[in-house]
Amino acid sequence: MSDQASGAVRGFCQRLLALTRKETRQLLRDRSNLAIGLALPALLILLFGYGISLDVNHVSIAVVIEDASPGARDTIAGLRLSRYFTQQDVYSMRAAETLMEAHAVQAVLRVPGDFSGSLASGQGRLQLIVNGSDATTARIIEGYVQSALARGSGPINKPTLRAATSTALPSGTVRLEERLWFNEANTSTWYLVPGLIVLIMTLVGTFLTSMVVAREWERGTLEALFVTPVRPTEILLAKTIPYFVVGMIGFAMTIAAARLLFHVPMLGSAALLLFASVLYLLASLGMGLWISALTKNQFIASQTALLTSFMPALMLSGFLFDLNNVPVVVRFIGELLPATHFLELIKTLMLAGTIKSIVLTDCAILIGYAVLFIGLARLATRKRLA
Amino acid sequence: MSSPAPAVLRCERVRRTFWLAEARHRVIALVDINLQIARGSLTALVGPDGAGKTTLLRLAAGLLQPDAGSIEVLGIDVVREPQSVQDRISYMPQRFGLYEDLSVQENLDLYADLHGIAREVRVPRYARLLEMTDLNKFTTRLAGQLSGGMKQKLGLACTLVRSPELLLLDEPTVGVDPLSRRELWQIIAQLVEEEHLSVIVSTAYLDEAERCAEVVLLRAGRILANGPPVSLRAQAAGRCYRVTPPPGVPARQLQTRLLDAHDLVLDAVPQSGEVWFMTRAEGAVAAAESGREHGRSKEADESNAASGAGAANAAGGTSNRLPLGGLTVHERAPRLEDAFMLLIDRDEGVSQASHLPALSRDRGNPPQAAALRGSREPHSHELSHGPSGDLNTARADPMNARSEEAPVIEVHDLVRRFGDFVAVANTTFSVRRGEVFGLLGPNGAGKTTTFRMLCGLLPATSGSLRVAGVDLRHARAEARARIGYVAQKFALYGNLSVRENLRFFAGAYGLSGEQSRERIDTVVEQFGLAAVVSGPSGLLAGGYRQRLAMAAALLHEPQILFLDEPTSGADPLARREFWRRITALAQAGTTVVITTHFMEEAEYCDRILIQDAGEVLALGTPQEVRSLGGQGDMDGAFIHIVEQARGGRAA
Repeated sequence: MSDQASGAVRGFCQRLLALTRKETRQLLRDRSNLAIGLALPALLILLFGYGISLDVNHVSIAVVIEDASPGARDTIAGLRLSRYFTQQDVYSMRAAETLMEAHAVQAVLRVPGDFSGSLASGQGRLQLIVNGSDATTARIIEGYVQSALARGSGPINKPTLRAATSTALPSGTVRLEERLWFNEANTSTWYLVPGLIVLIMTLVGTFLTSMVVAREWERGTLEALFVTPVRPTEILLAKTIPYFVVGMIGFAMTIAAARLLFHVPMLGSAALLLFASVLYLLASLGMGLWISALTKNQFIASQTALLTSFMPALMLSGFLFDLNNVPVVVRFIGELLPATHFLELIKTLMLAGTIKSIVLTDCAILIGYAVLFIGLARLATRKRLA
Repeated sequence: MSSPAPAVLRCERVRRTFWLAEARHRVIALVDINLQIARGSLTALVGPDGAGKTTLLRLAAGLLQPDAGSIEVLGIDVVREPQSVQDRISYMPQRFGLYEDLSVQENLDLYADLHGIAREVRVPRYARLLEMTDLNKFTTRLAGQLSGGMKQKLGLACTLVRSPELLLLDEPTVGVDPLSRRELWQIIAQLVEEEHLSVIVSTAYLDEAERCAEVVLLRAGRILANGPPVSLRAQAAGRCYRVTPPPGVPARQLQTRLLDAHDLVLDAVPQSGEVWFMTRAEGAVAAAESGREHGRSKEADESNAASGAGAANAAGGTSNRLPLGGLTVHERAPRLEDAFMLLIDRDEGVSQASHLPALSRDRGNPPQAAALRGSREPHSHELSHGPSGDLNTARADPMNARSEEAPVIEVHDLVRRFGDFVAVANTTFSVRRGEVFGLLGPNGAGKTTTFRMLCGLLPATSGSLRVAGVDLRHARAEARARIGYVAQKFALYGNLSVRENLRFFAGAYGLSGEQSRERIDTVVEQFGLAAVVSGPSGLLAGGYRQRLAMAAALLHEPQILFLDEPTSGADPLARREFWRRITALAQAGTTVVITTHFMEEAEYCDRILIQDAGEVLALGTPQEVRSLGGQGDMDGAFIHIVEQARGGRAA
């Protein structure tokens, strides 16, 4: 009996090795696989790291100087010094409006003709008009203008904002000390990189693997393979192993880029980060293989994978939009995604540290998803044609 | 399990249906199959397309489950324990999925590993398989870069990395040239002899089934006959004859004549310059012969003989005499193919489904055939007027009269190179109007390349090429408007209906309005598509698909029709029906250029060209080519010619 058992184990290992070798060869010989698995992550890292940044830089602003007094000039000098602004001086409101309408400038700062007079009496008022069509950017510009003016000379009154709300705070009474936590420099790269890890793992885990079983169905290679001593588990494992390795290479690349190129901090446990990533990758692989086994068609499989994993990971995981600010239904869907929990986990680990309650909950959820999807993939992989 | 002679396969009342989601109905693949196949034998599964051959093999391999009934393979219930059956058998599916991005050796290794073959066993086994399949020189080549025949052989080698207790082969020779086909069968035969393999093989080639110990004939999910080839052949005894057409008359013309006598003749095919046919009644020819020799007085005897044998209706108005025009008829030994046609025809009588006879029964169809008859007297007249003068007038057949006309295809010193590789070398030939011209050659001989150049799909490296009076080097588009092309794969839109497909192609050929409608109606009638015209074409059965493809290619009334392996994988019935249409088209003046792997189909051609390694090996009438090959049938001649040329090249 034990002889039989050891024979079965030997057979299992031999077949698994043979199939894994075959999958690896196929993976390495197919350029499109390598492009999606390795080149695309590298491209995404560079794109997200350097190309896309949610920081607002070089805001073009028109300054309408109706008061050419030195006091007025001193007040707006801060603007000129700031790297966030590209300033353009005009001498009438009309010209400024034209620029605004032509989208040549994103904001207009008006220094009214009586500015130096009212400034002297402590009632200095400036008018800021911001293009509000992108609310986030508009709010950021407001903030920039305020701090830039503060850096300029003397006492400052909060500017009047016609675009959004109109407030006039008495000067000197309240001074806002702003401070950002967990991303002190407010560098968007810092929170883009954790999102990038999620995206790359999803891409390799679900999108790439969604095609591997379907491809065999399409090419008719499974029919002959089925009528051999091979077991469904071996087929599934052999498909998982090489793609797991590719996924982890993508992970390593992103982490290396994060630390070396973008200097993202690593405040929590690196081991936990690795562990969480392994869990998420397994869940993604399981989902991809499950989709692949169900659809048996590469096109449908890749579309399904894109719509059920990559797009939600991009849109609904809290990567682009904070889940606290979205409608309840969307938030609920977001909470269902493994990507959301993985993102929360790595953001916490990198930017905040090892916070036990979050780490434990999210790890438990990821373990659940990994088991669920791999289980579903195993159930869907049967040696049957119909 | 200790029964004396355990069956390798035992089916009891097996039933399997498939749900067709698109058509929203259930189709029956197998009904009440009772079958027992003994160990150590070579068994062939034959039958028309859709008979259930593949389903039966897949059930035996545990890849499908039956709806009802029980299946035992090697004494194991395959429904309950598919894995233990799969551990012991080997199966080569119809489309053996080689991993095309792995090399020959890597494919073999994969299957050897999966079957757990020990290293020391592997070395001699590989050596033997590679030698048998002649793949020794190609072990490092990627499987995707092998020719069709080599792929099939590698598939077989992968299946045979070990000696299984049962070997299942699903149409292993489809799309394989005669040489590779012979080699594949040599491998199988050798293993059966040396290792006492039990083999079940499904095939569309009845000459292959003839080599087997047992033949199972399936049709529409039921077993029509089951037994050794000898006993099946015996059923057709006394009905099989051969006749030589008068000189100058193509065999296919005499064949058409015989097939038109549908009430008397069950089947007729051109073979080695003769026409081999089978009568509905036993001993009908003997009676007919005597009837002819002794004048009209004996006619009564003949009809008695015919009705006595319980076959054709010899009722007054229709003919009851074979249209042989005084030619000498010899009796011949029945082949398995005759038994196949007979048994299916009998079954047809029961189920009243229409296949081949539909064409000959419905005389108004196709118009080309009508045109042909228009040039002479109507068919039934011909017979009652005494057949004697009839075939002689055929010498003045339009085709022969046309021989002085300028050729429709003129190829001179045609060369095509791909880099250093010469795919077609200095090829020169011409094709006359109304001729059926066959392009034959082993896989990878350059047929497809020649074909593509003729259709203007691929520019020639050098040489001149005139098609339908147009120089292809300069006016490719113009030439294309005059040709029709039927690709090997179904190249129509599966989710469009038959009519929508035809409408699309009519538009693509520049037909519109009344003209388009008229042409569509004509081809629908001509190809018998009326019944399926509004259904989605993706659901059509193989025979209908091909008819649709041909109908689409003929919408613009091209002068030349190109067909690339149109009969690959088709059963004998579908192939006969196909050739009936081709013959009719040629008679109406359409030139037909065709490639095929069925050498007996070369007999339908007026002239054939045999190519190998890009060179022309033989060009002439089937008779000339046969005599060049020095052997009896076309298969032998082909193999002889190709091997001789290869031998000469190697020396």
